[in-house]
Amino acid sequence: MSAALQTIPAMILMTGALVALSGALLGTFLVLRGQSMASDAIAHAIVLGIVLAWMLTGARTGPLSVAGAALAGLASVLAAQALARSRLMAHDAALGLVFPAMFALGVLLINLNARNLHLDADTVLLGEIGFVWLHTVMILGFEMPVAAATLAVVALLNMGFVVLFWKELKLASFDPGLASALGFRPELLGAVLLALTSVTAVAAFDAVGVVLFMAFLIVPAVTGLLLSRRLWAMLGIALVSGLVSVGAGYGLALRWDVSIGGMMALATGGGLVLALMVAPRSGLVAALIRRRLMRDEARLNTLLIHLSSHSGTPAQAEECTEVAFIDHLHWSPDTVRQVILAGLDRGLMRREGRLFALTSAGAARAVMLIRAHDRRRALPPEE
Amino acid sequence: MSFEVSHTLMTVALAALLIGGLAGVLGSFLVLRGQSLLGDVISHAALPGVVAGFLMSGSRSFVAILLGALVAGALAGLSVQLLRRGAGLKSDAALGVVLSLFFAAGVVLYSVAQGRPGAAGLQVFLFGQAASVLRSDVVAMAVVAALVLGVIVALWKEFQLISFDPEGARAAGLPVERLETLLSVLVAVAIVLGLALAGVVLMVAMLIAPAVAARQWVNRLGPMVVLAAVFGAGSGMAGAVLSALGTGVATGPVMVLVASSVVAVSLVLAPGRGVLARLAMDRRARRSLHRRQVLEVMAGLSAEHANPAYRSEETMLDAYLGTPARPVLQRLEREGLIRQVPHGPEGRAHWELTDEGQAGDRA
Repeated sequence: MSAALQTIPAMILMTGALVALSGALLGTFLVLRGQSMASDAIAHAIVLGIVLAWMLTGARTGPLSVAGAALAGLASVLAAQALARSRLMAHDAALGLVFPAMFALGVLLINLNARNLHLDADTVLLGEIGFVWLHTVMILGFEMPVAAATLAVVALLNMGFVVLFWKELKLASFDPGLASALGFRPELLGAVLLALTSVTAVAAFDAVGVVLFMAFLIVPAVTGLLLSRRLWAMLGIALVSGLVSVGAGYGLALRWDVSIGGMMALATGGGLVLALMVAPRSGLVAALIRRRLMRDEARLNTLLIHLSSHSGTPAQAEECTEVAFIDHLHWSPDTVRQVILAGLDRGLMRREGRLFALTSAGAARAVMLIRAHDRRRALPPEE
Repeated sequence: MSFEVSHTLMTVALAALLIGGLAGVLGSFLVLRGQSLLGDVISHAALPGVVAGFLMSGSRSFVAILLGALVAGALAGLSVQLLRRGAGLKSDAALGVVLSLFFAAGVVLYSVAQGRPGAAGLQVFLFGQAASVLRSDVVAMAVVAALVLGVIVALWKEFQLISFDPEGARAAGLPVERLETLLSVLVAVAIVLGLALAGVVLMVAMLIAPAVAARQWVNRLGPMVVLAAVFGAGSGMAGAVLSALGTGVATGPVMVLVASSVVAVSLVLAPGRGVLARLAMDRRARRSLHRRQVLEVMAGLSAEHANPAYRSEETMLDAYLGTPARPVLQRLEREGLIRQVPHGPEGRAHWELTDEGQAGDRA
């Protein structure tokens, strides 16, 4: 009994980790190619493929089912592309038209065959990774969930694809025009990527449901994209973020007694929020620092211009003092002290008793600023 | 019994009519502004709101659930904006992130709600169940729908301008951002109203399909919106009634399939741009090209042989045209530009230009 309890969490975590692994491998390239929403279409369209394969062959799982689902997923994206090419509607409208229709047909067929087909439309949508240990197989003497075994095969397939075609995928993602000119057939590579996404979605939906699979495809990849501009680093971050989400989501789900698959998918959002904070270029922290630097620079410029316009005039004795900076520029004493220190440090001004004066460098900078300002004002408004 | 059935059917049909019509109107703006997938995101993202509304009100209160869905939908729309503008993500990545994370939150909340009494009622919001709509719900729907339509009528010119020419609208001094936000909120309201009927997963099709179908038939915004409303109301009503007649069939899929069929028919039949119209146009173009080719060839041969009435052999014309020339020749004969003449011992068909044909009427 205690052995079983110890293996159930292991089985759940293993299944989740395999979903995260495949999701990161494929999602990175889907996100780079601007096809995130194609995964939405695939996730919904495979349902029709599974049902049709069952109606034609009677197989609810296995290679035929996977093949049918993969074809349906690929067909949804290609059909939307064909509709968009006819220029009768925009591409996003075509996508939003094709996959709901396919999904609707799938759900309707499930409803109509509910008695014979052991497939619940809610399960397709939501999945439940907590129950993967109910269906197990023995592989090499290990008891493995069927879902994990399937996912392991699919993950190997995905890994093989990414490793073998790394250079081609990289080129096709960043410069499809060049890839095409060099004879790499980026559209064929894209179709294979979509087909693999469909296959993976089929393998994953028993565990996490089709929509939650989307979270593992897109969110870790976007996290990687925010944090790095290098493909291998982006993929690495996506992998780590996906795997950590599986562990964290499992822990939180047990603690709060909620859906394990849902919590794992939601946990990917944690990594994203973190990335949004600390991303080197577009992150919140980076933006705050940038804004702070710009504000300090603008204050220093203001002070330089103030000094420049009053030095050598009769008002100099009154205007070029710390008190004047506080009263006339309406800055707090602390701010004024900071700006003065910055100006002194950078050799743009110097202290002469109670008064402050510009150094030659400071004077030159003030003149430049005033000229730039005048130039901007003199230009016609549409420039 | 029969009275009860017809009573339920009336309620369902009325609700579907309202929702389909409203979705058609707002979907038109969504499709024209290239934001179809935003509708998909907002409708998926309504799930956590639906469940949160249920958890907070402790019952399947229509108003609480709709309010929850509206708040969640609005938050999702806002998040997409922030991810695009703030973090510089591409629009598809922003949409995908928001959709999957909100839906995940919905699944988590759903699992919390499952232990509560009355949670079974939540299931209808996944795929829609027309029979779950009560008469009092329809009254609330009608009031909200009337309000939404009122806003659209009042701001018709503004919405028209920001749909087709946002830059021009900005130049004209319109508050474009605020109008766009208002339009998105109205879309969210329409989505939320339709959730009980079509479900969070499929509601997007009720927005897009009628609008795309209507766009095939007309070129102006006014007629397009009206036609989309008619298509939406019609397919909504047909789908709801069909699914209410069957047992255990969710309403959303049937509504969506009816609406998708309307699109398919429109794509084939639409005048000017439909598949049939394009085929007819190709055929006309091919005919006119062949006609001119035959006349040119015959005139050329006449000039070559210094004989205005040179008799061209039909098999030779076949070879020039690359396809059997007989249909083209017959049409030209009917026009009186050429005539068939017997020639040679084999009696094979030959053709010569009539006086009229020689006059050079090759238009």
